[in-house]
Amino acid sequence: MWKSFVDYVTGSQIWTSVFRHGTPTTPRNQALAVLSNVFLHLHPARARKGGIKLEYTWCMGGVSFFLFLELAITGILLMFYYRPTAEYAFVDMIALREHVPLGVMRELHRWGAHLMVIAVWLHMFRVFLTGSYKPPREFNWGVGVILLTLTLMLSFTGYLLPWDQLAIWAVTVGTNMARATPFLGHEGPGAAFLTLEGVNLVHAGDDVRFGLLAGRFVGEATLLRFYVLHCIAFPFIIVILIAIHFWRVRKDGGISGPVAL
Amino acid sequence: MDALKAVINWLCQPEPLITISCIVFFAVFIKLHIFAKWQSLVAMMSSIILFTLASAGDENFREILTKPDNVPIIIIFLLLPFFFWLWAYQACDNDVRTKEGRPLREIDVEPKVVYVWPHLVYPELICIVVMTLALIVWSVAIDAPMEEPANPAKTPNPSKAPWYFLGLQEMLVYFDPWLAGVVFPSLIVGGLMAIPYIDKNPKGNGYYTFKERPFAIIVFCFGFFILWILLVFLGTFLRGPNWNFFGPYEYWDSHKVVPLVNVNLSEYFWIKGLGQALPENIFVREAPGFLMTGFYLCVLPFIMAKTVFKKFYMELGFIRFNVFIILFLSMMSMPIKMVLRWTLNLKYIVAIPEYFFNI
Ligand code: HEM
Repeated sequence: MWKSFVDYVTGSQIWTSVFRHGTPTTPRNQALAVLSNVFLHLHPARARKGGIKLEYTWCMGGVSFFLFLELAITGILLMFYYRPTAEYAFVDMIALREHVPLGVMRELHRWGAHLMVIAVWLHMFRVFLTGSYKPPREFNWGVGVILLTLTLMLSFTGYLLPWDQLAIWAVTVGTNMARATPFLGHEGPGAAFLTLEGVNLVHAGDDVRFGLLAGRFVGEATLLRFYVLHCIAFPFIIVILIAIHFWRVRKDGGISGPVAL
Repeated sequence: MDALKAVINWLCQPEPLITISCIVFFAVFIKLHIFAKWQSLVAMMSSIILFTLASAGDENFREILTKPDNVPIIIIFLLLPFFFWLWAYQACDNDVRTKEGRPLREIDVEPKVVYVWPHLVYPELICIVVMTLALIVWSVAIDAPMEEPANPAKTPNPSKAPWYFLGLQEMLVYFDPWLAGVVFPSLIVGGLMAIPYIDKNPKGNGYYTFKERPFAIIVFCFGFFILWILLVFLGTFLRGPNWNFFGPYEYWDSHKVVPLVNVNLSEYFWIKGLGQALPENIFVREAPGFLMTGFYLCVLPFIMAKTVFKKFYMELGFIRFNVFIILFLSMMSMPIKMVLRWTLNLKYIVAIPEYFFNI
């Protein structure tokens, strides 16, 4: 009964138009299941057992990627309701919990973001401990370091968006440092020497901090700037870099394994 | 009970906390084969959990522990020791295998090559389901924080950066913003990217080991555990109003007064040492500091290349060695400055506040 039903479904024209191979029980179909699927074909059809073991990779690269996707999805849903203006941002945040169905979207997004930071740290730690940054994977390690920086930047720009006391002061404290950038911040060493006919070139109204915040302090312009960075610019860059990262994992010979000396 | 709490409060001060952590850190590496036993894992994890549970009775402890944004740090405190142990276990196993001439555990599997469906795809699916469930449970259980609406006129005390940057904020105790906030973060990112080009040791590529690359692992772990994670922990749990230290069982009193007794090197040299007033000329005034910094960054590398790091120098060559040693010395400047602060109350080695140039 069941079997004939399954045979009927998997033999139907709809099914065979989607999946172009039989059930993955034979080596051929197992390979095809991976290769003919645009998502799964990030993987090779076959892999070294020692490399894909959980105790080897800790699955932390995969978890980072999963969390990134989760954040993209919940983030898009949040964007339906959230308006990045000083007038609405805070109210919209409250509404997200109070009035929106499935009011845990914000929580899913925030806790996912925290977890992603942890997962990326652990992933880097494992890559270091297995010596996987050594040739031929030096470049991919470098890509990874940029991914780590971007992950932190994404978290940081997102931190401002709730527009509550926690948000603006955390961002104020974080960006205050930029004031002290050598030569480029108005309280940085060397900035005092950059003068033109006695006029200071670097001051509170044009230094790097001003550029970051779009103002002398964290205000509405900062909110818009961080919103665009958080929702468009950084995700855009990180997607490209993740693509390069995965491509290079494959091109560098798959997940690392003992190199014979 | 109160006496015990007082002792723990005292032990958690930066000086004892960081010192003890360093001792434990090196002890673990010296006795790695003991740490790698599963009994150590059980002992370590259960003491972390027991300590947290036992302390949860204390009001002040509970208040800081249950802040929603501090949950991630608790997660780190469970995950990081576990994964570090998992490394130690596999590294020791491999080191024994190498010694006995047996194949490494990464190769010692049958069959050598497997189909990704189902051997990788299924575990991934399970992982996705578990993660999704965990996130949903966490999200339903704990609300995301929401404080009062933003008010630029009302500065909260303490004002803290997001938790993952609190290590850098803690560095501000010892270094000025241009170093702690700009130079060191850049050096961390640049230094991490430089690792593959500095570490020329061909061994330990693609498998767990400790004996074949002890120096690389100890340096990296020191930076990660002591100078990053521990400082994040300190900044989150033990720093209260005005960035003053508060023990885990201490009330965050914003009126706590901490005497500021820090002295600059120039004051040590001219006033205390030579018994005269600070010279007018900035460069003369700060000459001792400039000499010390210059010695640390320009002369010390040469001395080290001829002595302790002679072998490295031979292997790495001139350029690589210099990149390595500058990164290494910059990293070590953090603990050095800490010790100087704790023992001599040293504030700045070079102090030119006129040009925001303090080291
Ligand atoms: C958004 C962040 C990141 C994502 C989504 C990501 C994803 C991945 C994935 C899925 C793998 C396959 C193996 C595994 O799961 O361990 C991988 C490998 C690798 N990653 Fe990442 N990664 C990220 C950040 C980083 C960082 C921060 C570093 C290092 C600084 C790094 C360096 C590497 C290297 C060198 C490999 C090859 C490892 C090997 O072959 O054993 N990645 N990454």
